[in-house]
Amino acid sequence: MHILLGTFAFLCVFPFIYVIIISLSNEASLAENGYQLIPEEWSFEAYAYLWQMRAQIAKAYGVTIAVTVLGTIISVAIIALYAYAISRRQFIYRKQFTFIAFFTMLFSGGMVPFYIVMTQFLDLKNSIWALILPMAVNAFYIIIMRTFFMRTVPEAILESARIDGASEWRIFLTIVLPLSIPGIATIALFSTLAYWNDWFNALLFIDDPSLVPLQSLLMRIESNMDFIQQNSMLTNQNSSILNSIPQDSARMAMVVIATLPIALSYPFFQKYFIRGLTIGGVKD
Amino acid sequence: MKRIRKFGKNLYDNRVWLLMVLPGLIWLIVLKYIPMFGQIIAFKDFRFHPDGFFASVFHSEWVGFENFQFLFSTNDAYIITRNTLLYNIGFIVIGLILAVAVAIILSEITKQRLAKIYQTGMLFPHFLSWVVVSYFVFAFLSTDRGLFNSVLEFFGADPVSWYNEPGYWPYFIMGISQWKGVGFSSIVYLAAIVGIERTYYEAAMIDGANKWQQIKHVTIPMIMPLIVILTILNIGSIFSADFGLFYQIPRDSGPLYSVTNVIDTYVYRGLMTMGDIGMSTAAGLYQATVGFILILLTNYIVRKIDEENALF
Repeated sequence: MHILLGTFAFLCVFPFIYVIIISLSNEASLAENGYQLIPEEWSFEAYAYLWQMRAQIAKAYGVTIAVTVLGTIISVAIIALYAYAISRRQFIYRKQFTFIAFFTMLFSGGMVPFYIVMTQFLDLKNSIWALILPMAVNAFYIIIMRTFFMRTVPEAILESARIDGASEWRIFLTIVLPLSIPGIATIALFSTLAYWNDWFNALLFIDDPSLVPLQSLLMRIESNMDFIQQNSMLTNQNSSILNSIPQDSARMAMVVIATLPIALSYPFFQKYFIRGLTIGGVKD
Repeated sequence: MKRIRKFGKNLYDNRVWLLMVLPGLIWLIVLKYIPMFGQIIAFKDFRFHPDGFFASVFHSEWVGFENFQFLFSTNDAYIITRNTLLYNIGFIVIGLILAVAVAIILSEITKQRLAKIYQTGMLFPHFLSWVVVSYFVFAFLSTDRGLFNSVLEFFGADPVSWYNEPGYWPYFIMGISQWKGVGFSSIVYLAAIVGIERTYYEAAMIDGANKWQQIKHVTIPMIMPLIVILTILNIGSIFSADFGLFYQIPRDSGPLYSVTNVIDTYVYRGLMTMGDIGMSTAAGLYQATVGFILILLTNYIVRKIDEENALF
């Protein structure tokens, strides 16, 4: 049993280690021997090369961080408010609003109309909001949060606060939110991860190199390493120099740079992640 | 009149709650319900109109089912439907077996520290984007530099041009999907298994049940409701595919389309590369409608068998 699980767990992590090794390999030895597990010659040239490109990489990092932070805050705020309202018995339209959210899980508008709404109606092409808005609300999370609020926020506490004259907003901010931190943290964590890893919305809506997030940058250098140069300082370098750049190892080094923050931080929030996943069922 | 006044009073009395749902409501309307309404362009010859989205929709000419006829007259419709369905059925069945198996094995491991390490390892792929994973895969499958071909060469075999050979890809797609997802999907089952009362197992042991019999007669029946509900949720999305898996991992390689093109990638390519908005929308509507019917149907069947386990 240990061998089985141990092997699988190792296989899950191995490709990342492998990619780190490739990124630390000498480009000439890669050309000759392919991607080796133990390279003939170790080298930091890929990272040195990326260091030259730091302007563009830093920009992509900036976009990703901004989108992740802003997106998570907006997302959690909207979801928590909506879910809290439909979790309260005093709200006589709670059933209708639950259905309005739930129905979007059953039937979807499809990619094309969504694309046209985003570009034509909201006019968000090449806007940072095109990276934030599409993932701001998730009906599934609304339903999960609603269940969470119903279970963890007892009506009796709220009732006594009401008698003391607290307004609903005040109750929400000072009583409900502190009580609901585990649930909120879960949604926030899921949302952070989704924003950090998103490339699809950039693929659809972003052409402007200064708005390209990290994952999308990674995607674009897949075919040509020089995309990364397009907007950086080294634009007038000629192609003979371009040929000498460590293409393969630099790509893998980019992967490492884009993945490292997650790889390093996830063991710390894994605990919350797991707890969040197991918070109650979907049903009430 | 009285009813309107009562409605007005209700709205006023519930103004706090209405204000709370307002941001979410606006989002749902604009980004979910307007696109649903936008599906009618599947029945139109869509033309962009300078006055924006609604003008475009209203001014485009009705063509009835022409877009659908085009879609289903090509071989594409068959291929994307077949791929989407077969892959998803595979994901559901194999994913379920693996996730439950991993959860049971994890729960049986007595050394907590080791179990934790295994779980951390298995969960790792979940935190990566498909773009990153595609580079991982490339490190193995690259024709001139990949590990697979190095190994083949070592054994004296000819290198394979993996990204041009559709034959291998169903297995790759299946494997990569499980590699990324098993750790994550086993968590919920593991939590359920850990939550099972110890006394059931003690009783089973007194009756002389061995480990395997305990799993078969206690663990599995106890987590059955969870298995059912998660499977319904999966069946509900059986008609939609993980775009990243089918677009990023094969690196959009043309020769592989026969085994990697699914409805989602087809719609994307129709929209972005071919600019065929009508047909793309038709494919999207086909996907949404069949998916919707499938959810209702599954839920109905589950409800007939066991009301408790139904989703709604």
